Amino acid sequence: MKLAYYPGCTLKTKARNLEDSALAALKALSIEVKELDRWNCCGAVFSLADDDLIHHIAPVRNLIRAQEEGCEGILTLCSQCYNTLARAHNLMIDDEEKRDTINRFMDEEPDYKGEVQVIHYLTYLRDHVGWDALREKVKTPLRDLRVAPFYGCSLLRPDDVAIEKDPTILEEFLSALGAQTVSLTEARECCGSYQSLANPDAEQQRLGKIFGAVNRSGANAIALSCPMCEYNLGRQQHQLLEQNANLTATPTYYFTQLLAVALGIEAGVCHFDLNGKPAFELLKEKSYIVSAAS
Amino acid sequence: MGDKKQDELQMIPVYIMGKKYDVPAELTIMKAMEYAGYQLIRGCGCRGGVCGACATVYRKAGDYKIYTGLACQTVAEPEMYLAQLPFYPANRATYKFDEIEAQAETIFALYPELFRCVACNACTKVCPMDVQVMDYIAELKRGDIEKAAKTSFDCIQCGLCASRCMGELPQYHIAQLARRLAGGKLAPRSEHMAEIVRQINDGAFDKWIADLKAMDQDQLKEVYSNREMEPHMGDENWRPKENRGLVS
Ligand code: FES
Repeated sequence: MKLAYYPGCTLKTKARNLEDSALAALKALSIEVKELDRWNCCGAVFSLADDDLIHHIAPVRNLIRAQEEGCEGILTLCSQCYNTLARAHNLMIDDEEKRDTINRFMDEEPDYKGEVQVIHYLTYLRDHVGWDALREKVKTPLRDLRVAPFYGCSLLRPDDVAIEKDPTILEEFLSALGAQTVSLTEARECCGSYQSLANPDAEQQRLGKIFGAVNRSGANAIALSCPMCEYNLGRQQHQLLEQNANLTATPTYYFTQLLAVALGIEAGVCHFDLNGKPAFELLKEKSYIVSAAS
Repeated sequence: MGDKKQDELQMIPVYIMGKKYDVPAELTIMKAMEYAGYQLIRGCGCRGGVCGACATVYRKAGDYKIYTGLACQTVAEPEMYLAQLPFYPANRATYKFDEIEAQAETIFALYPELFRCVACNACTKVCPMDVQVMDYIAELKRGDIEKAAKTSFDCIQCGLCASRCMGELPQYHIAQLARRLAGGKLAPRSEHMAEIVRQINDGAFDKWIADLKAMDQDQLKEVYSNREMEPHMGDENWRPKENRGLVS
């Protein structure tokens, strides 16, 4: 299947650590992907209003771009891009009337009828590399990491775009990297999303619940795939800790950073500076870091 | 047209701001409007298809499409609906160029409305220069200033994109900022430029200029008429014989 790689805007700015580590890992696994020549922001949030079709134009246009480049699949990394693209794709298959309206509005583009499959990086790894093959490629097993995978919403809801029902994919992935995993109910819930701006008190309560569970599980790291989750759980973690003396700091990583480290890829590619110091310190302390200089 | 009489000309009907006029066939939209008696003060400039002042919008009978073009270049057709836009208001952010950095965040801060784009592509469809307007907006949303500078390179700042934008973006001003940042802060410095500036400041050309200044009108005319010009079909290896002005 010919694949187009769709990075999404955040991966080109605030989440370089997600993109660069992911691409380096694919290269190490001898998988070539090509970024779409032309693409636009997916819109980040799938519009739920029944008569609001204009916000589906952006994701559908990207699917058309992939189709134009002769691709049968579009590979995404960011959970929100995945969610938005996959739901727009389903809408174009399921709702004939809306599909026609959207296609007619984009009269400068070829019609889209659902030709391009939307695939998340994790699913791609599972189906095209396989956990056993991945395990064999691991150079630095992450044995001393006890990782809580955090799924959040976008990979799981609604059902028709879930990368797995009752997901264990992140656990299986992390096990292949040699890490121990802890599965938490709270890790399948929402990180609070944009409430961190609109309603910070509710956000803090939500995070308190998540980190309470993470701490009780004895996890010393969190793995995630969504820049929004990373913002709330990672970048804003210090706020939570300031207000809750009983909680322990737990570094957050994009799952692709852990992948790159386990594959023995030079750490510069992972931009750990974007995760904050403790994230890098922990991996260094465990002697997992390969640096270009050494 | 020369001195042909009006009744010998083939006339076509056009509608200017809703009113019907018969104008000679084969006139440009700009000339058709002037023929009909309009005097264009704004929305008109070089008349040579270069300046972009005359970007215009028109429609054709029985067709829902919006058409655009340069009024000084586009030939009027029968049953065209015409009007000349003098200007389309769009806000331009102010900044001190020396104080801003060539980063995505600079553009986000000066033009936060960038994120109101819904990728409807109306801007691209209306662009008389066939610039991929929506694409450069998408590129800027992800901070790719250099790519946006290239994508928007043919922009003539007519503002039609802004007139059609449902997100109310002033696309062409944002693109201009991108090109300034790309040209002024991201593109590699040209070393020979620095060198020639140094030579100018050191007075290397002072005598040459003084000689010119001392000439009377006839001498100047002669020098001007006899100046060396690059041949039209000159290849890239062509070099001027007069090379006092080149970096030594
Ligand atoms: S008047 Fe300058 S481009 Fe038409």
